[in-house]
Amino acid sequence: MTSAIDVLLIEDEPSIAEAVRFVLTREGWNCRHCANGSEAIGQIRRLKPRLVILDLMLPGRSGGELLADLRADSVLARQPVLLLTARGTDALPEGADRVLAKPFANADLRLVVHEFLDRA
Amino acid sequence: MTPETLGAAAIAYIALMFLLAHAADRAAARGRWRWMDRPVVYTLSLSVYCSAWTFFGAVGYASRSGLEFLTIYLGPGIVFAGAWWGLRRLLRVARMHRVTSIADLISSRFGKSAALAALVTLISMLAATPYIALQLQSFTMAISVFAEPGDPLPGNISLWVGIGLAAFTILFGTRNLAADERHHGVVMAIAVEAVVKLAAFIAVGTYVLWGLADGPADVLARIDRLAESPEGQGWLIRPDRWFTLIALSGAAVVVLPRMFHVLVVEANDEDRLRHAGWAFPAYLAAMSFLVLPIAVIGRDFLPADANPDLYVLTLPLSQGLDTLAALVFLGGFSSAMSMVVVSAIALSTMMANHWLVPLWLWLRQATLSAPAGAQEDLGALMLNARRLAIVAVIGAGWVYHQASGGTAALAAMGIVAFSGMAQVLPAMVVGLSWRGATRRGATAGVLAGALIWAQMVFLPSLGLIAPPVMPAGIDPFAGAVLLALSVNLTLLILVSLIDFPDPVERMQALSFVHAIAPDSTPNEAAPSTKSEELLTLAGRIWGSENALEFFRGMAEQQGKSGYLPDLTPRFLVDFERRLAGTVGAATAAALMTRVVGRGGVTVADLMEVAGEASQAREANRRLELTSSELARTAAMLRETNDKLTALSAHKDAFLGQISHELRTPMTSIQAFSEILKEPGLSDEDRSRFAGIIHDEASRLTRLLQDLIDLAVLEVGSARLKPAVINLHDLIERALAASGATAPQRTFTIQRNRPAEHMSVITDPDRLLQVLINVIANARKYCDAEFPVIRIDTRRAAAGGTEIDISDNGSGIAPESRALIFEKFARLNDPARAGGAGLGLAICKEIMEFLGGRIAYLPGRGGACFRITLPARPPVSQANDAN
Repeated sequence: MTSAIDVLLIEDEPSIAEAVRFVLTREGWNCRHCANGSEAIGQIRRLKPRLVILDLMLPGRSGGELLADLRADSVLARQPVLLLTARGTDALPEGADRVLAKPFANADLRLVVHEFLDRA
Repeated sequence: MTPETLGAAAIAYIALMFLLAHAADRAAARGRWRWMDRPVVYTLSLSVYCSAWTFFGAVGYASRSGLEFLTIYLGPGIVFAGAWWGLRRLLRVARMHRVTSIADLISSRFGKSAALAALVTLISMLAATPYIALQLQSFTMAISVFAEPGDPLPGNISLWVGIGLAAFTILFGTRNLAADERHHGVVMAIAVEAVVKLAAFIAVGTYVLWGLADGPADVLARIDRLAESPEGQGWLIRPDRWFTLIALSGAAVVVLPRMFHVLVVEANDEDRLRHAGWAFPAYLAAMSFLVLPIAVIGRDFLPADANPDLYVLTLPLSQGLDTLAALVFLGGFSSAMSMVVVSAIALSTMMANHWLVPLWLWLRQATLSAPAGAQEDLGALMLNARRLAIVAVIGAGWVYHQASGGTAALAAMGIVAFSGMAQVLPAMVVGLSWRGATRRGATAGVLAGALIWAQMVFLPSLGLIAPPVMPAGIDPFAGAVLLALSVNLTLLILVSLIDFPDPVERMQALSFVHAIAPDSTPNEAAPSTKSEELLTLAGRIWGSENALEFFRGMAEQQGKSGYLPDLTPRFLVDFERRLAGTVGAATAAALMTRVVGRGGVTVADLMEVAGEASQAREANRRLELTSSELARTAAMLRETNDKLTALSAHKDAFLGQISHELRTPMTSIQAFSEILKEPGLSDEDRSRFAGIIHDEASRLTRLLQDLIDLAVLEVGSARLKPAVINLHDLIERALAASGATAPQRTFTIQRNRPAEHMSVITDPDRLLQVLINVIANARKYCDAEFPVIRIDTRRAAAGGTEIDISDNGSGIAPESRALIFEKFARLNDPARAGGAGLGLAICKEIMEFLGGRIAYLPGRGGACFRITLPARPPVSQANDAN
């Protein structure tokens, strides 16, 4: 079954969230936003998005911990995840399908998301 | 056995010692000294402490005063067993400065003062002359025991012995020109004599204990009986005398010229003290434990008019044991001989270096640096001065012995000498442990102490004046000694405190107190024409071959060929030190000044040494670490390593944070600026996105400004610009500037304006930055429905100022309070805060920079920060600003 939600963005910075949603929505994808790490897992279960875009630095539960939770969960283990990071590319947590370093060009964002969503 | 036979035996014994010393010197010259160079030889040579006074007189002392004789052994025992590390430091410093005598040590420490050296030499001579006379007297007393009653003694026997001792001393004591070099022959002879006297004493003691008495139990019973009899009344233990005597003998074992000589000058390495630390007290114990039995048995077995000083001889003689008595005689003679020989070496070095050579220099000051050839050989002059002094020292002792007629009890003269030399002790101990002690202080102390000693102890002991009258209950001797020493010490400290030492003195003080060599690194060369003059001078003192060798070696060290090194400060220091080993520090300094014309040390040299000193002190301290301390050091290293690792992790985290804080606004800016280029945007969106870009750009600018602030403050390159300001004005400006934060909310500001009008000396821009930060935080984070900000100001301790800024919000949670001054410790939602979390970290750095602090005060309702300022900002940074 294909979910109605294409992308769930988990990002605490409001301006970045707005920019990403704007870019992805203009591309025709259905995009939801969650600003808090501790609420994210529940949202993923409920919305079953085709792609999760996850920020690494989050208040509450960090992106790395969240990722570990996902991979340990029997249902969500195969959930595609694109990780956004502003901390350089070293010492990244295991388990992300792709990583995009901040700041990124909007074209790159579109390209990566296309790769995920066009596969299905 | 006749006195003639014994006199001949004594002369033969001296001859034997000649052979032994000669053999030892030859072995040393051929490099075969090593097998003799054992700790036990050093320890045995220390037994020169036990002179004829101890050998004969201890029994007499015990017979007259009971256990009090023990004090003479207890003092040295305590010093060696309990303070060998102190002695080790003394040795290290003395070897470093090539010290030749106790007078040289004191002079060298106190700015190479010639006057102080001459004064200490004078005291040593005054104290030693009766003491040497005592040795000769003990010899004649001992030999007269063997004479038939009524027969006259062979007239000049003590003169012949004196001549024999002088010849021995001159031959083996002035072989080396360098007075700080070791006299192997003499040391070996003393070590053998130490064995002879111990063996003789134990032989007679053992005979008395089991031959005359019925073993220890019998002796103990006799001691009890005697102590209870009326005669035992003199045996009472008097604490004041005990304390004084233990202290005096403890001092004597270091400062007596002969003790200083064997202990310090003849020592080749400080580790010898580890052995001596237990072995020398053991030797003293062996010498002392049979004293009381001999004294008690002597009283029981001999007629009442027998001299107790001679019990060790008369007891075996009364039983017809001539051979044992002869052995004891040789033991006593050994004690006398080693004392006289070593004292003569030590005193002659002092007299030659501190009296004769300075006098000679003074007489010929004009011609000193003239070319060699027409001049006398300075080296020969030095040696002859020392030989002359040996004859003078022993001769004075002999004359004194003849003149005094040999009446006083043996012990009294020894104690007089001890108390005289003890006047040097405060200068030595304080000089080695307190940098502030000065030459004038030491001179005043030693001079005053010596005068009191002369007036109250020395002259009365000669019978020239009456002994001092002391308040009832105070022992005259103990009282006089304590008075002399306290005046001595008090003057030393008081005069030093008001005195200001010159650079040479300060440099020597530094070097002595921290046991570091006062080397200065080569910086600038003195005029080189003087090199040849110095070589000429050195050649005349050491002989041209030795001098050339030394100069060539020094030139080589400087990377030069030939034999004329540059006169760098380093060379001059080395040269002077080497010279001091021959002529003493004071004379060496005087010679150097004559030739090179320098005042010794410049202030620049001194500064340099002070810098090296702190490093060297640290290194020195490390050297002294024992293995357990090494283990502790290893643990500390591990801990440091862990801390560094943690620090590194912290640094990584910090860099990660900075990266995050910089990239986040940049991400929004990049994304929206690209979006703005896209077609089909509504005007509303366009304007909103431009607003976001602007906000994020300002956020980036603020962050960069914060980071630069923090970096400047942390590196310490910030300049303090202090000014006098009115605190009220500053608070007004801070409130105005922070009003832009959360402008939509209405704050009630509570202030006590009159109290705010006070002058504060600080850097106003920096303080303003802190005030704005704290007030803006209150505006951002205060979550009360009707927010109130309250500002209180007051004067604090020591002229400082306190500013409390509080709000009526919910404050900071207890678990977060420890973190708020950390970098990036943003606690709340960043969207609302709009900062990177560096504000309070910067405030903390600024307050430290201003010499004050900022703290969170819990329990004030809302959040409350206290800013504390000192009366003035830190001085050094304030000066930088000028």
